[in-house]
Amino acid sequence: MSIAVLDRPRPKVAVRAASPEPLISIRGVSKGYGIGMTRNEVLSNINLNLRKGEFLAIVGFSGSGKTTLTKLLAGLETPDSGEIVMDNKVITGPSQERGIVFQNYSLLPWLTVRGNIALSVDRVFRHWTRAERRDHVEKFVEMVGLSHAVHRRPHELSGGMRQRVSLARTLAMKPNVLLLDEPLSALDALTRSVMQEEILKIWEEERQTCLLITNDVDEAILLADRIVPLNPGPKASLGPAFTVDLERPRDKTALNHNENFKGLRNAVTNYLVAVRQKSRDDEAMSSEASPIELPDLQPRSLRLPRGRAG
Amino acid sequence: MNWRGAALRFCKVTGLPILEPFVRLIAGEDRNEQFKGIAKFVLVPVVAVGLFLGFWSFSARHVVANSVKLPGPKDTFTEGMRLFSAHFEQKRIDAQKTREKKIEALQLMQNAKKSEQAAAAADGAEKEKLLANAATLKKRALSAANYQASSSPTFVDQIFNSLQTVTFGFVIATLIAVPIGVLCGMSPWFNAAITPLIQVFKPVSPLAWLPLATLVILSMSSGGSQWLPIAFLTSGITVCLCSLWPTLVNTTLGVSSVDKDYMNVAKVLKLSWTQQLFKIVLPASLPLMFAGMRISLGVGWMVLIAADMLAQNPGLGKFVWDEYQNNNEISFARIAFSVIVIGLIGLFLDRIMIFMRNLVSFGNPQAA
Repeated sequence: MSIAVLDRPRPKVAVRAASPEPLISIRGVSKGYGIGMTRNEVLSNINLNLRKGEFLAIVGFSGSGKTTLTKLLAGLETPDSGEIVMDNKVITGPSQERGIVFQNYSLLPWLTVRGNIALSVDRVFRHWTRAERRDHVEKFVEMVGLSHAVHRRPHELSGGMRQRVSLARTLAMKPNVLLLDEPLSALDALTRSVMQEEILKIWEEERQTCLLITNDVDEAILLADRIVPLNPGPKASLGPAFTVDLERPRDKTALNHNENFKGLRNAVTNYLVAVRQKSRDDEAMSSEASPIELPDLQPRSLRLPRGRAG
Repeated sequence: MNWRGAALRFCKVTGLPILEPFVRLIAGEDRNEQFKGIAKFVLVPVVAVGLFLGFWSFSARHVVANSVKLPGPKDTFTEGMRLFSAHFEQKRIDAQKTREKKIEALQLMQNAKKSEQAAAAADGAEKEKLLANAATLKKRALSAANYQASSSPTFVDQIFNSLQTVTFGFVIATLIAVPIGVLCGMSPWFNAAITPLIQVFKPVSPLAWLPLATLVILSMSSGGSQWLPIAFLTSGITVCLCSLWPTLVNTTLGVSSVDKDYMNVAKVLKLSWTQQLFKIVLPASLPLMFAGMRISLGVGWMVLIAADMLAQNPGLGKFVWDEYQNNNEISFARIAFSVIVIGLIGLFLDRIMIFMRNLVSFGNPQAA
């Protein structure tokens, strides 16, 4: 099957070269759940290098194993085969070096905005003085623009505000890598667009290594340096990487008219649609292995007998 | 937050939706809507209670056994008021008696002093006699000063005694059930070990426990003390044994069903076991824990009446039993009155627990 990747536009703008050394390497990772007949292979043979200082986006359809991949990276799950290496050390469990922002916020409902952020700050920066930690919390509350709501509890906040708290909580840990697991997919379209710009702004300030998992191609192009599509599962694997050659700082409204942006969006979308079609065809092929033979019958007459017709 | 929001929140957290339309009416919200609310939460219940009272007084006129009539609402109410006035009368008499005794004590002390002064002046056998006299007077003064009214407990005293007993049993039950429940919730192995015990003892009636509880208490204490009489302990422990289970089961459920996302947060932060317990697991399971404690307190209050009857602990159960033994019209009116009092106290205890549960279930308070 030919894929529309080939006619993607050549880069016209000089790319800010991300340093080539990988911070995290995923080497031949596979992961599945269940045993025997019910076994479901989610990811198979994933290879990926996350370079220091780059913003990488993984785009895929829902159900293709994106969340499993984040959990593996975070260390909440261990791969069945292969390994994930960070700074020459194999990842065996969760660590404060890899901050994760969950799709459903995961805020603790009994703590206030400040309490939620302070929980991680107090834990990660144990050796700091009380005042230092408090200032640190304030700084990040301010960064996500929630100074007016520090005393509120999560249930008193809107979805967008909750995700800001979640983001602040993770950023405040000062992780080496930021893992964003579909952080905006539970939000409405307008809030989502506001939050995208916010994340973009924060990232431009911090320039942190960041991995975004999303199902929104526009979002990926807007935020990322590189986009890697995740082919639909089961046995999901990664597709070829697309480099996003758009100058930073990026402006969302301006990008809508950028030819480069449009071409890239088409290319990524076409690729994803094509691979999904292919996986569906493959599935149909495999399920057609033993087709049911229909009997070759012809009705004698299509007319009902007169007596019953009325 | 303005006063209206605060008041509405109060209605919600205390589980008193009955107040909500009034608050909104005062705040000047849509009047028709609020009157509908008042009709629903006030008018209709009042009508229902009225119908019940009518049915009660109607049947009171027709139910007669052994020449004793079923007391009607009016008799019951009159007798109830009499119980309260008897209580206050008794308290007044007791207070007066105590005051008189105090005065007597002062008098005696003065006499003793006089006697001592006389003794200082006198000598020989006279002095001995006066000193002995002073000593006796002092002793009598002391006993008069320490006078405790020893009238038999009134209805109100019995209510308070019942409340003390149920609190005693409930607090002990909570202190036992919550830690065990947390252990069960955190360790499936421990849970597996405990489950058969829970399953077997949970459905046992208090009346079956009571003789065993008495035996254990008798073996542990010799005759009881002034503060913890045997009857009180027996009732309390029986209440405890019956109100353990709902708290235990709910705590186990609450702890074992803590949201996976919260646990992920704990894992990413690498919280230690104790931090995980106190910062994530316990706060997350508090709503279910309190829901269990609410059921426990309800069960405890119900069990207490039966335990009081059997253990002869001077509480409401004993009151009902004693009046039943009297077997006359007045005593049945008293029983009917105490039934209503028991119900109202049970309702009040339930509301307290709802309030406490709503305080710890953020963003999701429930009226019942």
